Amino acid sequence: MAGGLFSTERGRTVALVTPPFIYALLLLALPLGAIILFSFWQKDGYDVVPTFTLENYRAFLDGEVYQVLLGRSLKVSAIVTVITVILAYPIAYFISFRVPNNRKSLWLFLITIPFWTSYLVRVFLWKVILGYNGVINSGLLQIGLIDEPLTFILYSVNSVIITLAHAFAPFAILPIFVALEKIDRSLLEAAQDLGENRVTTFLRVTLPLSMPGLMAAILIVFIPTIGDYVTPELMGGSGGKLIANMIQTQFLQLNNAPLGAALAIIAMLCVTLISLLLIFLNRRWLRV
Amino acid sequence: MALRTYAILYLIFLYAPIVLLPIFAFNDGTIIAFPLQGFTTQWFEELWTTTALHDAVGNSIFIAVLTAIFSTLLGMLTARAGAMANFPGKGGIIGFIMLPLVLPEIIVAVSLLVMLRQVLDMDLSNWTVIAAHTLMSTPFSVAILNGAFQSLDPAMEEAAMDLGENRWSAFRLVILPLVMPGIISSMLIAFTISLDEFIIAFFLTGANPTMPVYIWGLLRFPAKLPVVMALGTILVTLSIVLLSMAEYFRRRGLRRAGVEDPGGFI
Repeated sequence: MAGGLFSTERGRTVALVTPPFIYALLLLALPLGAIILFSFWQKDGYDVVPTFTLENYRAFLDGEVYQVLLGRSLKVSAIVTVITVILAYPIAYFISFRVPNNRKSLWLFLITIPFWTSYLVRVFLWKVILGYNGVINSGLLQIGLIDEPLTFILYSVNSVIITLAHAFAPFAILPIFVALEKIDRSLLEAAQDLGENRVTTFLRVTLPLSMPGLMAAILIVFIPTIGDYVTPELMGGSGGKLIANMIQTQFLQLNNAPLGAALAIIAMLCVTLISLLLIFLNRRWLRV
Repeated sequence: MALRTYAILYLIFLYAPIVLLPIFAFNDGTIIAFPLQGFTTQWFEELWTTTALHDAVGNSIFIAVLTAIFSTLLGMLTARAGAMANFPGKGGIIGFIMLPLVLPEIIVAVSLLVMLRQVLDMDLSNWTVIAAHTLMSTPFSVAILNGAFQSLDPAMEEAAMDLGENRWSAFRLVILPLVMPGIISSMLIAFTISLDEFIIAFFLTGANPTMPVYIWGLLRFPAKLPVVMALGTILVTLSIVLLSMAEYFRRRGLRRAGVEDPGGFI
């Protein structure tokens, strides 16, 4: 029957969602498939030959530098996630429970604005703040609190962590805020009627109920930070480089796409496994 | 009260780097450090006379405009389908369309590079960046447009069709005006994302750099840093204007649909 697909609402839904789905398949699923295939191929001079090899994965297992970089990446991502989420929770709580309804979107707007301003420029500005002659050092020198510039805050893993924690702040706040907004306020009153004080109400009612948002915040910070090469490149110095820098170097400078592809896949697998483990460990809080 | 103090300190932390931009953009010294030297507009004048920058800005705007259009179209289809009847696998399909939101950008960048260059043997150009930026911005468009489509009362479309409109004219005359603020908001957000995006653009630009790729090049030359600060000041001002407009239209859309503001872009 002509137009049969469109005669039911279900058919029309399928028809509507098909173009964006095909687009995502072509530009996401297909490239991901290509890169997996590529990681098993061989580099031969400037070309890549389609012969199956495990050489690229062996290079990772033999190459201590790759393992150090991946380990450091995972550590930095984990620390950034913990810091960002701990700093973000009180803000989300404040906006959800203390700010009057008509002012909430203003607060959210204020928090999201810095996130939308040029990422490169923002990272560079942290260099200005933390630098040898930077705002913090020259400020502290002028007040007389220090005699010579602090060096531990620039060109190290620390400066990478500070910069990333700043960059991902709104990512952590928004999911926690959404989860807190969903909490039925009468549950909190009930807890207090039943003799809980404010601290135990928070620990036994609010916090468990906000776990889905907390979990979303953790994942949405942890996963993308592993893929950032701008911050470690500008802020990390020689000791603060991460796995993403190595992937970028393999692709754009050393022209070794298969090894770069294998490193990208290993990094991605690690992040996915850790995320799944986190979800699994917290599964009893996530059933809502 | 302690919570409010903390919130204000947190906002200061969020805005601290941005506040420095205009300070150094007008500072009469090539070194970005305190103490300040004096007032100058020299760095803005240098922006005005750098033709390579103008080309990069032109590229970026071209890419951002097309990204805004494409991702909003894909976002409308997805959000509309999301608000309609369920079918088996619908959640998975929409989840897959939203996936770029959480994927590390470098993974998207290298996998697209491999497919375009090695598999399809295509040349990199503005169009490869547009294709990638559309993929990355579509989830944001969906998130914004979900709000617009889900708050629609299905009775309005039914009423229009009872009064003799067909499905397309009912959409054009009734639904489209109602979701228009969401559409504008989505286009502004996608435009802003594309204009700022560096990680993917760095991998996929052809011979003509986008503006962030051009800025990346400038960062290697210490003498150029004040110019970067001047450019950054303009970009931040522009972003704030665009975002305020997006927020205005998003709220107007919600008011028009008669729902209370759930707050926030995402």
